[in-house]
Amino acid sequence: MESGTVVEWLVAPGDRVHRGDVVAVVDTDKAAIDVECFADGVVDRLLVQPGQRVAVGAPLALIESDGARAAPRATEPPLSPPEPSPPEPPEAEPLAEAGAPAVHSPLARKRAADAEIDLATVPGTGPGGSITRADVDRAIEHRKAPKERERPRISPYARRLAAERGVDPDTLRAAGPDGVVRARDVPAPALILRAPRPGDAARRATAALMARANHEIPHYYLALDIDLGPAMEWLRGHNRAIPVADRVLPAAVLLRAVVLAARASRSSTGTGSTTTSSPPTPCTSAWRCRCARAASPSRSSTTPARSGSTPDGPHPRRGRARAGRTDALVRASGATITVTNLGELGVDRVDGVIHPPQVALIGFGTARRRPWADGDAVTVRPVVTVTLAADHRASDGAVGARLLREIDRRLHRPEEL
Amino acid sequence: MNSPARMTDEQAEALVRDVLRSVAPGPALDTLTEHDDLRETLGLDSLDFLAVVTRVSERTGRRIEEDDYDRLADLAGWMSYLADGQEG
Repeated sequence: MESGTVVEWLVAPGDRVHRGDVVAVVDTDKAAIDVECFADGVVDRLLVQPGQRVAVGAPLALIESDGARAAPRATEPPLSPPEPSPPEPPEAEPLAEAGAPAVHSPLARKRAADAEIDLATVPGTGPGGSITRADVDRAIEHRKAPKERERPRISPYARRLAAERGVDPDTLRAAGPDGVVRARDVPAPALILRAPRPGDAARRATAALMARANHEIPHYYLALDIDLGPAMEWLRGHNRAIPVADRVLPAAVLLRAVVLAARASRSSTGTGSTTTSSPPTPCTSAWRCRCARAASPSRSSTTPARSGSTPDGPHPRRGRARAGRTDALVRASGATITVTNLGELGVDRVDGVIHPPQVALIGFGTARRRPWADGDAVTVRPVVTVTLAADHRASDGAVGARLLREIDRRLHRPEEL
Repeated sequence: MNSPARMTDEQAEALVRDVLRSVAPGPALDTLTEHDDLRETLGLDSLDFLAVVTRVSERTGRRIEEDDYDRLADLAGWMSYLADGQEG
């Protein structure tokens, strides 16, 4: 990682921050990361605007530390040690001279006097670092409600995620040693909807990964039409018997069938490899499978999104993975197969591109009513085409065929899913 | 005979728009007409659609079955469905 883009600020000038607080979200090519603060103090100025790309180590904000008015400290992207304090921009100078704040507004001066606010303690955001009336108001608010500002130990980003997902923040437990609840502690995978723009980091990451896959991996492709009648019939009955909110989507049934089939097909498969020269190591374990599904069509990302670990029932966790985090997650998960479901895009089939270092990609098209030979009769059944794109270094056609047939078999016994 | 959920077209439309706003906020909703395909126009996927169904079910006290989904492709469909009140 050489640089990152500030996605959003979670603090504003005048906010009091503590060491370990998440103050900003920075998007790198691989992932969105929470930026934590290294010092206690008050945010003086934000040096980088959202959308701006900066090098690792570049100061993002000036924090006026507690105690003596020492040189402001900088927060910066993690993964690098704190840099020495950046040269202070000239506008900030007046703040460093205690007792001599620049106040151009008589109104600000009067309000401060009325509220008995020491102007030397007020960070200025006006021209040349001068203190405006709004700054004084903020300082008054600050003093008025110190209790309210003592929030539970949860990062603002995690709090927002919790709100978005309808999770009570108070029920969350921190996984990290510092006891601060962070985004990763909020259940269900994150999906921050981001419209990919040309040149967007996620787009570039996908481009690089897919180009590499097509260049390096000798793909072979298989396809099978599956009669979804039994599965859909079973699902309909299941969903009629449970609360609306708990309904299982057809996509979840397909995923579950893939997971079970992959587990069951104990055959020679690869573990994947990250280098060009050495082919994936054959191993005798089952396909290791993590569920993933393509981001929804409207969000127009084809990056597969890991949606949780192997589900334990026909209820893979709902939600979608944040596009920018996909690659890192897929890598971290140790999965060897991605499942992409393009059923909602109205296409019949997808012949996918494997995501290195994985060894296979299973794709589902739209389930449609199609003519289907049933014995000597032709009937109309809901049919889905499932495809497998697999790495020929890791497996052969017979192995892949067995996997697809096993998926078919599982879907004909939905009650066992 | 009448379900307590029986409502006028206006009430139904307001309710569904309100729920859509909570699931898929955005400018597309402001220009949405009665016959625009909801999934297409608002970019709802099946999870989003289930969220809409769940919330409308909660607010009307009326359980919407999957078999009814075909009727609920656009606002007009929702309105006639909700205005029907009792459904067989």
